[in-house]
Amino acid sequence: MANLEERRIASGFGFLGREAGFEIGETAFMRYNASDTYLRALVVGLTNTLAVALVGVVVATILGTAIGLSRLSRNFLLRNAAAAYVEFMRNVPLLVQLFFWYAVITEGMPGPREALSPLPGVFISNRGIFFPSLFSGVPELQGFNFVGGTALTPEFAALLTGLATYTAAFIAEIVRAGVLAVHRGQTEAAHALGLSRAQTTRLVVLPQALRVIIPPLTSQYLNLTKNSSLAVAIGYPDLVSIANTTMNQTGQAIEGIAVIMAVYLTISLSISAFMNWYNAHVAFK
Amino acid sequence: MIEMIRVSKWFGPFQVLKDVDLSVARGEKVVVCGPSGSGKSTLIRLVNRLEEHQSGKVIVDGVELTDDVKKIDAVRREVGMVFQSFNLFPHLTVLENLTLAPIWVRRVAKKEAEETAMHFLARVRIPEQAHKYPSQLSGGQQQRVAIARALCMRPKLMLFDEPTSALDPEMIKEVLDVMVELAREGMTMIVVTHEMGFARTVADRVVFMDDGRIVEAAPPAQFFDAPKTDRAKLFLSQVLGH
Amino acid sequence: MRWARENLFGGWLSTIFTLLLLLLLWKAIPPFIDWAFLDAVWQPDPKVCRASEGACWGFIAEKHRFILFGTYPYDLHWRPAAATVLLIGLWIFSAIPLFWRWWLTLVWLAGLMAIGILMWGGVFGMPYVENERWGGLILTLLLTTFGLAIAFPLSILLALGRRSDMPIIRALCVGYIELIRGVPLISLLFMASVMLPLFLPSGVTIDKLLRAQIAMILFAAAYLAEVVRGGLQAIPKGQYDAAHALALPFWRRTGLIILPQALRISVPPLMNTFIAFFKDTSLVLIIGLFDLLSTIKIALNEPAWNGFGVEAYVFASLVYFVFCFSMSRYSRRLEHQR
Repeated sequence: MANLEERRIASGFGFLGREAGFEIGETAFMRYNASDTYLRALVVGLTNTLAVALVGVVVATILGTAIGLSRLSRNFLLRNAAAAYVEFMRNVPLLVQLFFWYAVITEGMPGPREALSPLPGVFISNRGIFFPSLFSGVPELQGFNFVGGTALTPEFAALLTGLATYTAAFIAEIVRAGVLAVHRGQTEAAHALGLSRAQTTRLVVLPQALRVIIPPLTSQYLNLTKNSSLAVAIGYPDLVSIANTTMNQTGQAIEGIAVIMAVYLTISLSISAFMNWYNAHVAFK
Repeated sequence: MIEMIRVSKWFGPFQVLKDVDLSVARGEKVVVCGPSGSGKSTLIRLVNRLEEHQSGKVIVDGVELTDDVKKIDAVRREVGMVFQSFNLFPHLTVLENLTLAPIWVRRVAKKEAEETAMHFLARVRIPEQAHKYPSQLSGGQQQRVAIARALCMRPKLMLFDEPTSALDPEMIKEVLDVMVELAREGMTMIVVTHEMGFARTVADRVVFMDDGRIVEAAPPAQFFDAPKTDRAKLFLSQVLGH
Repeated sequence: MRWARENLFGGWLSTIFTLLLLLLLWKAIPPFIDWAFLDAVWQPDPKVCRASEGACWGFIAEKHRFILFGTYPYDLHWRPAAATVLLIGLWIFSAIPLFWRWWLTLVWLAGLMAIGILMWGGVFGMPYVENERWGGLILTLLLTTFGLAIAFPLSILLALGRRSDMPIIRALCVGYIELIRGVPLISLLFMASVMLPLFLPSGVTIDKLLRAQIAMILFAAAYLAEVVRGGLQAIPKGQYDAAHALALPFWRRTGLIILPQALRISVPPLMNTFIAFFKDTSLVLIIGLFDLLSTIKIALNEPAWNGFGVEAYVFASLVYFVFCFSMSRYSRRLEHQR
């Protein structure tokens, strides 16, 4: 206890009302400037976390389902390409992958003037990824950078790509296990009735597979959200990142850590609660 | 209707069917019996290509079964199958089970498909179960639903793979009754079963298989009362003895 | 050819995929081979590297000592090298079922002592090297080894506690497990890094490595506990009944009958958790420890070598991949043997 007093570390949450005094590199939904409070800064961090987590979950699910189904394909190339993807992604730490994507974008991509343009209106450069959006029009090169359109900063893009591609590998395995869990007799009966392979997968296998897939799938969603905390290592201002800055500036380490843990605990307990509800009401007997 | 000419099949190194010849005419009812492992299930699964043969020919309704997917699909539309473990789709209601294939394969309109479904549900005597889920039905009811499901596709030929083997004894009769009615209406049927009473009543021919070959084939009266081969005699004594 | 027809062109969709994938491979592999091998620079010369279009493996050639051993004194590198080989050797030795006897524990104790002596020194004429200077591969391996060795028994206690009939113990175990599993590992590392020193009497310091190790242990214990709990639940209830009927006291029946079965069933998910834990050690970079990933990143910071991040992280991926893939292959073999 003497330690705590000495360092004035656990002096309560009053500091949240003080002026933060630091800038935040990007904000997903909210406006913020340096004269806002620490509390607002943390809330911005939280929204940033949720932004990358939500988009990440969607991309990872689509990618993971495609790869999981590909692993079951009769096409030799497709099946093995998917298997190689899964093996590689699961055996390399996420942090390494994040650093890799960040390096690819900041070192490997050309400057805005020579930006890659895989689709009209979409530009990939070392300053970020730009694409047209409903609200802000089409990106245009002005001077040294793009103006207009929606911009993904290198940090966000790297974090999103890393999280989505990494989690997709795990989702692929879950989807594959779910499909394999459906009895062979089901596909046989469907085939015997004359349903094509595609129809069988869509109408008979997938609906049944989903019930097996959903519990571990939500677990992966939770993992992705927790993993977004690695943002602090590549400079994306998520909750942990901003809490870290706050702790460094104010010295209030215990409160900072408490905030981080409380937020993530709430998210994970909510997901657990949803899972329990799902198992009780939807999963079939 | 069905022609099998010198058909052989291997599972890896193990030969499960050895040069089998079989012909089934339209409207004929054939019962296939034999000890387990004799290849009887594999034989009928060749007819709708749930199994592939490695040598010989299988011709169903004039179409030879090869790797050609279009031909396989065409054959499967005309051949109905009933499985030992029913294989009803648990996430669909009984009615949806019956209308799934007609809607998606024959492209029948939903309303028409449902009328057909109700018709066949009435034929198998459980129209009131239309909106229940398979898990809510007894085994005998589930198998009757499975028969109705196959019939909704209006097949030219019905295959039955030990349809009553997974049922409790008191439910076997209700399923057999439906099959007997079906037979009386002229459906071409191949039935793998141990139910010898059914064979006697309904079959035009009994085919006895052992160790991958057809050992004896004869009309039921002749097969049951005067079997020619020793293996058939042994089998009958085991099955009918108790 | 028939194989190709079935497995590559078995339908219009399959054909499209085959063509797309072949196109992708055609576009990606030759440039990659150019970059990684043909145009690559192997000399440790940053100027040559920058002038070339290919990968700069010279970076690895130049920095490999730092990457593998961190800030350990340069001329004493044989010690962490020997320690690394010894530790990997211990892992491989323990993987062979033939050696699963009681004396394996002794082998480990001896091995760990030898590693300790090698790393710290101070005896046999070897100069003392404080653990703040340890880094690189040996640090990653040590964190993993000690983390799992201590977390595993702890997790068994937690799993048993979670299923206990005593409400307080049960509540504590559930609370602990859910708390740890609900928060990111980073927050635990922060917590250990910042908070542990506060709970000690003033004057007593706890070094950074130990703080990180403790956080990793607490983290692993919660996840392993859930795996063990799964194993305990998977045993047929009849086993519990039979064990009770034999009137053995709790620890006897748990240790002799229940746990062996539970652990046997749990081997695949346990191995998966071990591999995940090995990957998670990379996070200690964030609190300033010099594990393998950290040394690679720091090596990049030198101005001369700035900008070769892609090569650096491809190399890092390869190293981790080799370790993790071997472990997962081994795990699959174990599964099949049982």
